[in-house]
Amino acid sequence: MSQQVLSKTTEHSIYRVPAIIALVSGVGLIFALVGDGLWDVMSWLAVGLPLAIAAWVWWPISAFRQKATPASRVLD
Amino acid sequence: MTNSGLRKWAWVHKWSSLVSTVFLLMLCITGLPLIFHHEIDDLLHEHAQPAAVSPGTPPVHLDGIMEKVHQRYPGKAIQFLAWDDEEPGVLLWFINDRVDSDPLTNRIARYDANTGAFLDEPDFNGRFTTILYRLHTDMFAGLPGKLFLGLMGAFFVAAIISGIVVYAPFMRKLKFGEIRQSRARPVRWLDWHNFLGIIVVAWMLVVGGTGILNTWADLVVKIWQYTQLTEMLGDGKDKPAPTKLASIEDAVKLARGKLPDMEPQTLAFPGTIFAGPAHYVIFFKGNTPVTSRLLKPVVIDAETGAFTDMRDMPWYVTALLISKPLHFGDYGGMPLKIIWAILDLVTIIILITGLYLWIARRRAPAGQALEGTSFSVAERIPT
Repeated sequence: MSQQVLSKTTEHSIYRVPAIIALVSGVGLIFALVGDGLWDVMSWLAVGLPLAIAAWVWWPISAFRQKATPASRVLD
Repeated sequence: MTNSGLRKWAWVHKWSSLVSTVFLLMLCITGLPLIFHHEIDDLLHEHAQPAAVSPGTPPVHLDGIMEKVHQRYPGKAIQFLAWDDEEPGVLLWFINDRVDSDPLTNRIARYDANTGAFLDEPDFNGRFTTILYRLHTDMFAGLPGKLFLGLMGAFFVAAIISGIVVYAPFMRKLKFGEIRQSRARPVRWLDWHNFLGIIVVAWMLVVGGTGILNTWADLVVKIWQYTQLTEMLGDGKDKPAPTKLASIEDAVKLARGKLPDMEPQTLAFPGTIFAGPAHYVIFFKGNTPVTSRLLKPVVIDAETGAFTDMRDMPWYVTALLISKPLHFGDYGGMPLKIIWAILDLVTIIILITGLYLWIARRRAPAGQALEGTSFSVAERIPT
């Protein structure tokens, strides 16, 4: 049971991008508390980052699914 | 992470999610319109507006307005006076039968601070947003309801943390953000669940954590009353209620002089839960985005009008006050509210896909599953 499922390096590479997103959006939550104006804008960008990434992933998929024929949909 | 360790985390993720999902869905659904409660209230309910005055017009003497409130509500007690955060120039007077009646049953009379005129007495009780707020905070069950939802929040946090741990074994052969679009629905939904879950982790932890803190608000206030407020009152905590109250205008002026960079937010009258038996407590707020969330109480003798004490709030009250905007998302303008709402919708998707995956997993036991639809953590761990 002491077998490692993941090596340290794989784990690092798996969590690298999520950790950056969590850090940016987490700090963004504080930006809007600190000040108004530019602070608010920075907060929108940082807190909204996960949504931009989700849209980036979702967009090509939805475009692909719209193009897919009914027959190809049955296969999946 | 060892295999047996991962299995334990998978068990935590499964059960903490299952126990709390129904309540979290309720919280997400009721919380969504609450992000825009101010806009919804403005849309659904008429509000009398204060008269437009040229800048620099001195506000009417507070004692004069209080006189009018007493004339309008004869035999009633005033518990609190609040300076409206959202509408400058409006004073809110909290009225009840007795000064120590349950503040939840208070009537709120709005007065124009510049003309001293009565505006209106809105009835908040039957409002759509009030009903949603009660569902969201205590499900109409008072303190036990609050603490129960706080417990559900703790399960939510456990589900998020265990979710972060069990994310790794799924991602060994996948790139970040990869959705296996050509595979069966359980695989696609698993990929969406993992992807969306991991990218909104920080927001979910903050909103979940601050939500838990808010369920302790009543207890935090009680601790503050029994420790800090009692200390600030000193010998005054046993003083009998004065027969004639000192001028509130002078009390506010005196306190303002002590705190020139702050604004009065609420004045608690003697005998109410936030004051002493014979003392006013005036809560001041700062004038920057952060400090406007923080309060500083000033104690004034309600018989003599003399300054008694003032001090900063202890860390636990400050933590509670800071946690409120971080939970409601109402501190960064309309764009932040919209982002908050979309993140709330993403959380609903994560909850529903998670529930779906659990059901699909039960319908297709290990071994009978289609190849490549191995979406339980246990199956991802080599034996």
